[in-house]
Amino acid sequence: MLSSDALAQIDTEIAKYPAEQKQSAVMAALRIAQTEKGWLSTETIEFVADYLGMPAIAVYEVATFYNMYDLKPVGRHKVTVCTNLPCRLQGADRVAEHLQAKLGIGFGETTADGRYTLVEGECMGACGDGPLCLHNNHKMHTHLTPESVDKLLDELK
Amino acid sequence: MPHIEIDGKTIEVAPGATLMDAANQAGIFIPHFCYHKKLSIAANCRMCLVEVEKAPKPLPACATPVTEGMKVRTHSAKAVAAQKGVMELLLINHPLDCPICDQGGECQLQDLAVGYGASASRYAEPKRVVREKDLGPLIATDMTRCIHCSRCVRFSQEIAGRMELGMVHRGEHTEVMPFLEQQMHSELSGNVIDLCPVGALTSKPFRYSARTWELSRRKSISPHDGLGANLQLHTKDNRVYRVVPQENEAINECWLADRDRYAYEALNSEERLTRPMVRDGDKWIEVDWQKALNQAAGALRVLRDTHGGNALAALASPHQTLEELHLLQKLMRGLGSGRIEHRLGQADFSGDAKRQGVTWLGMPIAELNQLQRVLLIGATLRKEQPLIAQRLRQAVKFGAQLNVLHAADDDLYCRVANKLIVKPSAWVNALAQVAKALQEAGASLPAELAGQLNDITVSDSARAIAASLNTGERKALLLGAVAQNHPAAAQLHQLVAAIAAACGAKLGFLSPAANSVGAQLVGVQSGPVALDAKGYLLLGVEPELDAHNGPELLKALQAAECVVALTAFKGRVMDYADVVLPIAPFSETAGSFVNMEGRLQSFHAAVTPQGEARPAWKVLRVLGNLFNLAGFEQNSAEEVRQEALPQGEAGIAARLDNAIHGVALALQPPGAGIERLGEVPIYQLDPLVRRAPALQQTQDARDAACAWASGALIQRLNLIDGEHVRVRQAGAEAVLRLCRDDRLPDDVLRVAAAHPLTAGLAGRFGAISVEAV
Repeated sequence: MLSSDALAQIDTEIAKYPAEQKQSAVMAALRIAQTEKGWLSTETIEFVADYLGMPAIAVYEVATFYNMYDLKPVGRHKVTVCTNLPCRLQGADRVAEHLQAKLGIGFGETTADGRYTLVEGECMGACGDGPLCLHNNHKMHTHLTPESVDKLLDELK
Repeated sequence: MPHIEIDGKTIEVAPGATLMDAANQAGIFIPHFCYHKKLSIAANCRMCLVEVEKAPKPLPACATPVTEGMKVRTHSAKAVAAQKGVMELLLINHPLDCPICDQGGECQLQDLAVGYGASASRYAEPKRVVREKDLGPLIATDMTRCIHCSRCVRFSQEIAGRMELGMVHRGEHTEVMPFLEQQMHSELSGNVIDLCPVGALTSKPFRYSARTWELSRRKSISPHDGLGANLQLHTKDNRVYRVVPQENEAINECWLADRDRYAYEALNSEERLTRPMVRDGDKWIEVDWQKALNQAAGALRVLRDTHGGNALAALASPHQTLEELHLLQKLMRGLGSGRIEHRLGQADFSGDAKRQGVTWLGMPIAELNQLQRVLLIGATLRKEQPLIAQRLRQAVKFGAQLNVLHAADDDLYCRVANKLIVKPSAWVNALAQVAKALQEAGASLPAELAGQLNDITVSDSARAIAASLNTGERKALLLGAVAQNHPAAAQLHQLVAAIAAACGAKLGFLSPAANSVGAQLVGVQSGPVALDAKGYLLLGVEPELDAHNGPELLKALQAAECVVALTAFKGRVMDYADVVLPIAPFSETAGSFVNMEGRLQSFHAAVTPQGEARPAWKVLRVLGNLFNLAGFEQNSAEEVRQEALPQGEAGIAARLDNAIHGVALALQPPGAGIERLGEVPIYQLDPLVRRAPALQQTQDARDAACAWASGALIQRLNLIDGEHVRVRQAGAEAVLRLCRDDRLPDDVLRVAAAHPLTAGLAGRFGAISVEAV
């Protein structure tokens, strides 16, 4: 199901907690699984549940609570744009409109070629650097303008 | 102990108690939804907000511990304002569909809305709608009504032991659901209906059939497993509409197993026998009671007069009442027959001569929660005794070590310390290993036993179990139904008794039926089931299913000259009986059951008998009169009970004793080859549950129709998981679907007993073979 590399990463997370509290590693395990698989399918959630000795429904509770876990397939590049007030005051709406027009998709949608998914995000705690977006949950790009967005999109193959 | 003032009353409460506990102690009601005394504290409904002096905001009574000198006001303006605010919030998304809701009239939200709700809502926006969930054949859902109290979720985690429901998503999108399209399979699932404070989870079989205020409540006792759960039968128009628990902390607490809750459907089954019938060649003719009784008595009398009393035999169900069983044995003994048996499923009766007392749990049921060390021997616990399993689960939660000897490593939904999972024929040897390990650790065994253990090699698991039993206090060894029906039951009993004595544990029998103890008390046991009688009297049994070896007994019944069956249901009995007499099930007669802890529990009829059915004690009384036997003049079930147990419960206690002496052990190594593990499935226990449609649609009922084997065994035999296979045992065969269960040893085939599909197989254990169809 998951590569030995991913399992090793999960084991590292599990080792941070007492042996009888493996389930404390559930969020990290889901993150690692999602990074490898792209999204969290039913099978992936069941696998993580078995691996941590938890009921599948308990893992599903966690996976549905946090919106950085994707329960449906997403494009290779998930771009999450913050549209909260501080970013907006710095031009986030223009960035968002430009992204939507350029990719031809709205928020929550994926391009037909499966390359990009656009997501509307909430405050990421870096308001001073806005407008900003998050690429695949891990890399943040700050001080966005329509031009820098074009450049970014070209870099994401 | 802290003193607090609550609504002006000063009370002393236990340290660590919550304000909710204090209010309950003072007799003050605080409105609540998510709080439940048997579940963990969630404090997520916020309905129990109360004013506490010096606290800036109202506090949830269920989650606030008391402190010395606390002053609490539960009905002050501030508290009520907070409670009304919460109620308004809860009602925002709750549909106003009370007139079509099954919970209407017994709904906590409805009741509290009367006290705390506004007459109109300020909320004009669209309400949320939640998609229905399919939780299986027992529970109906209207999830839009859910107020997210999480009681059902906590129940599945904490009491049922397996989290089958969860709170998914968050905020306004929160939904209670099982993991993606799964159903609830817990054998305790029906309790979420009682727990749900609104109409989100309701009973599926009961749905839309009656309103709560139309129903009369009648107390009764569950006629199924040996627990004797206390019930309320809800009746209307002389019909039982549903069953809910009657709280009894010493027995079922506030829970019921699904078997107790849903078996009532069979009371109104089409298969009910409602008129006496006699056989005329191949035809059945409905006759009046007089004629039927005369014919039955006449036929039995002829047999008795020509062949002697012992040409007659009686087979009785341990799910019948004490009164009925007493009159049955009195009638048979009056006719000169000593052949009266209720243990149809048992194979080994050699222990009968080696023990004196009535076998029982060995302790009060409530003490199970306090045990520290347990060894379960041959108990498919969750299916045999769902609520006992729940009690042991609580014990394990508080640190008890649960050890298991069985032929299937079933998940008990709690931690198991050590287990010995071996095929049934290896159980005697396995127990001998535990005994020897104890002996090696310094415990003393009875001399007669100690000498026989020399050749035993102790396995690591047996040593671990012995080590577990050697520590701790409050220990028990419990023999389940599989062990009681085992071909070497007496040896198992003997070994368990020796181990219990050696480690200072109690020895208990998990009585399989509601009146297993009662049947022993009134002497409805005489040894092996009679196979050569000329005349049989059957009381509430379905021999082809209940018997250890169904085909053998069936043949005996077919060969008999006369079979008189007292039965509540038609069924296969019509194939071989000569007279069938319709009797009333537990809901239609007064009677008593003695449960596994020796507690005598009596009940009254909740409804009148259907058709011309009559309470079996009256039928047996009249039969006694027809034979001119003395002592058949009782006018009520109470009189019969008084006669059967003149000293009541005090008399029972003196006769309960699990001691056994002098059973010789046959410690040969277990045979090679595949063995059958034949358990009575949870929904095949007695004639009632066999005819309960909703229970028969459950996963448990479907599982019972399959043959189960480990993946390794399936592969070794070149069979395919999911295909039909032919199983052969002692010349008989059955065709079943093969299913995979890797929790079985590689030499065990699990094939249910007491099941219509396997009724042709001979014996519940022993060598069995399996091949492709």
